[in-house]
Amino acid sequence: MVSSSLCIRELSKRYGDFVALAPTSLDVAKGEFLTLLGPSGSGKTTLLSLIAGLADPDEGQILIDDADVTHSPAYARDIGVVFQNYALFPHMTIEDNIAFPLKMRRVSDAEARRRTAEALETVRLPHVAKRYPRELSGGQQQRIALARCIVYRPAIILMDEPLGALDKKLRDQMQLEIKRIHRELGTTIVYVTHDQEEAMTMSDRICLMNAGAIEQLGTPQDLYFRPRSVFVADFLGESNLLSATVRGVDGEQLDIVLAEQLAASRAVGNGSRFAAGEPIKVMVRPQNLVVGEGGQLSGRLTDVMISGSLTRLYIAPETAGLPQLVAAHPTRSGSAPYEIGQRLSLGWHAADAVAIHEGKGS
Amino acid sequence: MRTISQRQAWTRAAMGAPLVVLLVLFLVYPVGQLLLLSVYGDNGFTLAQYRQLFASSVYLDVLLITLKISLATTLVCVVTGYPIAYLISVVGKERKATLLFWVLLSFWTSFLVRAFAWIVLLGRNGVINKLLLSLGIISSPASLLYNFGSVLVGMVNALLPLAVLTMLSVMENIDRNLPRAAATLGARPGMAFWKIYFPLSLPGVAAAGIMVFVTAIGFFIVPALLGGRRETMITQLIIDQVQQTMNWGFAGAIAVLLLVVVLIVFAAYDRLLGLSTMTGASAPRNAQPSRLSGPVVRTGDALLTLLGAVSDGILRLLPSRRRGRNPDQAGLGLQAFVWTMLLIISAPTILMIPLSFGSGGLNWPPQGFTLHWYETVLNSPLWTQAMLRSLLVGIGTGLLAMLIGTPAAFLLVRSDIRGKAAWLAFILSPIVVPRMIIAVGLFYVFARMGLVGSAVGLVLGHTVVAVPYVVMTMMAVLRNYDTRLDQAAQSLGARPFATLRYVTFPILGAGMMSSFLFAFATSFDELTIALFATGGLNATLPKQFWDEVTLQVSPSIAAVSTCLFVFMGLLIFVAERLRRRAAAR
Repeated sequence: MVSSSLCIRELSKRYGDFVALAPTSLDVAKGEFLTLLGPSGSGKTTLLSLIAGLADPDEGQILIDDADVTHSPAYARDIGVVFQNYALFPHMTIEDNIAFPLKMRRVSDAEARRRTAEALETVRLPHVAKRYPRELSGGQQQRIALARCIVYRPAIILMDEPLGALDKKLRDQMQLEIKRIHRELGTTIVYVTHDQEEAMTMSDRICLMNAGAIEQLGTPQDLYFRPRSVFVADFLGESNLLSATVRGVDGEQLDIVLAEQLAASRAVGNGSRFAAGEPIKVMVRPQNLVVGEGGQLSGRLTDVMISGSLTRLYIAPETAGLPQLVAAHPTRSGSAPYEIGQRLSLGWHAADAVAIHEGKGS
Repeated sequence: MRTISQRQAWTRAAMGAPLVVLLVLFLVYPVGQLLLLSVYGDNGFTLAQYRQLFASSVYLDVLLITLKISLATTLVCVVTGYPIAYLISVVGKERKATLLFWVLLSFWTSFLVRAFAWIVLLGRNGVINKLLLSLGIISSPASLLYNFGSVLVGMVNALLPLAVLTMLSVMENIDRNLPRAAATLGARPGMAFWKIYFPLSLPGVAAAGIMVFVTAIGFFIVPALLGGRRETMITQLIIDQVQQTMNWGFAGAIAVLLLVVVLIVFAAYDRLLGLSTMTGASAPRNAQPSRLSGPVVRTGDALLTLLGAVSDGILRLLPSRRRGRNPDQAGLGLQAFVWTMLLIISAPTILMIPLSFGSGGLNWPPQGFTLHWYETVLNSPLWTQAMLRSLLVGIGTGLLAMLIGTPAAFLLVRSDIRGKAAWLAFILSPIVVPRMIIAVGLFYVFARMGLVGSAVGLVLGHTVVAVPYVVMTMMAVLRNYDTRLDQAAQSLGARPFATLRYVTFPILGAGMMSSFLFAFATSFDELTIALFATGGLNATLPKQFWDEVTLQVSPSIAAVSTCLFVFMGLLIFVAERLRRRAAAR
């Protein structure tokens, strides 16, 4: 199957005074699965609309396989879009829906029938061809939307929160399905979601957006373990963020002082430059916060929550100036029960403490 | 069916009975009487009236003219209304409110006021003639009035807002993503419109078509004021029979003819598209597969493909505009067309305003400034009493229609009574039956009950035609109402009455107010029933207007028009404010 690269250069869009997308550049490689992640209003859907040709950019360029398509209309872009509410044509049968893009491309009837049947096979719904969209369940409609998109083999497929309307179980199933189709067809996919878990499990790379700009671009691991800003650390997964001051820099290793307590500690950088004396945040993920003897901090247990596989401990540190902390460990049967109010010692490995600039990352 | 207790059954009966009694007494009985009169003479059963009806070609000719005018009106309304409704459905919130205001203003401005405005506009010394003269297109004033053209203009002006609003209700439910999806799938704008948007908007087109046609067929104001002898429509014949010769039997026979035509139209519509598409409940999402057979569908599909290809071919010839390809942005041509149409339907009434202050009569341009015409109106007991009476009857109608319609709406939305569709059809029948037939029937019955000329009779008659709107509005409001709020109130200890008083009514308040205003406005603008039921004395405002206008065209009528126009403008403004407040909750 054909697949293309996408290159976005300094693309921007305003609606009156509102900056929907600040000048943004982004490269998507052939066959890559890239996710645009962010809260609502972060500009991810705007960026998607601009790529699809459903909105006009104010400035910048969009290139598909090095060809400038910035001002070519949606119908001439060879891009497939899977819409949030599926956008299946209610007055056409499933078959006619899937054959529509082929008809628009003047594919012969026989060929169109063959490829429609093939697409229905791919999404494993060969028996619904003669039905109308309203007769299908949400999950089935979702798959038909996907089939209608892959049937004409577009160079790039854009998906706008395609699983937003499905319940959790169906969503997990469809995630696998989309990954399978991506593997089989090798198409470049740009996927929009506000669900960080979905982004983590599906993407080759994640482009995290905030307030109309890219906050951080990288692999899920990059974003999760080396967040460039407090926003990233906060948005992806749970995190403990502690105020600290840099005392010394030794390559990737930092000597730091936590809060107002003069306890010395160590942390690793997130890839950017730090200077001695700089106030920073240190991020420790809950599963890396170890409860036991001889830790860097101590505090009192305020709450315990067991959510199946994980046990979460909520702890109020005794050190002034630190927020409530969360520690998590796998739930073990038969271990001694916790008591609310009990005093706990907390610690972490220096490699699990990541330094982040205060405010926005640079 | 779940069983219901005796008490519940009684409550339901009490909620629905007043409406049923009203409609049986003042719709079914009078219309039935009129129809019976057409076949019962002094000596029992006779078909004499029908023999007379078909004896000469006069009446059939009138029927043909009526159909011709109605068809032409429907065609023009739907074709020109479509782009207007389309634009309103795609523009942003602010501009939508502006566009809608002008459509609603026209919709609510009295038919009489609008027809009168066209008399002035198209008159020998009217704006159009003056304009054509000054441009040198004609050398002496042309006679633009009293012909097919002037009737068509008046009819279209009268019914275009109805067509727009009907189509709009369907277009607003079309998912905006569908044409965009079509674009990403490779459809050019023309193809996306004809193959996707247009088929989805067809139920609206069909509903608008039948609403306009059925209303047009029962119209008499426009042909009477703007038409000549050759544009006489069938309802005018009924008026003549009743007012001039008191020939009830023959009036009944003509009424039957009119009713049969209307029923045939509805039956044909139902066969082709299904009446259920009319209630607006048919959002395109659950559009039924068409009842049309295979070959027709395939031909239609091929035609749409051809239309799409042709439009795209034409679009390609036009100079390409960089920003013009966004499917959400309306083209300049479309906007210009829509504003021109809105200007055409609003301008006549607005031009009345300067004329009403002019001392030079109704000639264009207005000369001088005087309040003389307003003084004349205010000093005339005929006008002031008519105004007072119309207000009184309007408020009475509003209250009675609410009192009877609201419980019925509750019943229809909240409980699963048997034959709901049939009940709904019955309640909506006053809209379908030509107003003239109801009016003549009511006149006959009122005459025997001594209700002619009384305010009570008028209120009852107006309530019959206003109550369907109240029921429809209230049903829509109630459908959006979350009944869990009632359950919450009851779980907090509120008894049924307290629940209604403290929770249900306060939340429904705005919706109830706007349906009251709807009923009020219907009555305030009602002429057909008032034409007979006022009995020559005690005229309402529309009746007084009608009497004056058919007698002579004077500037004092322009003054009354202006007052009515401003009053209606204020009323829409208030109603729209209320509606928005209700929607904001």
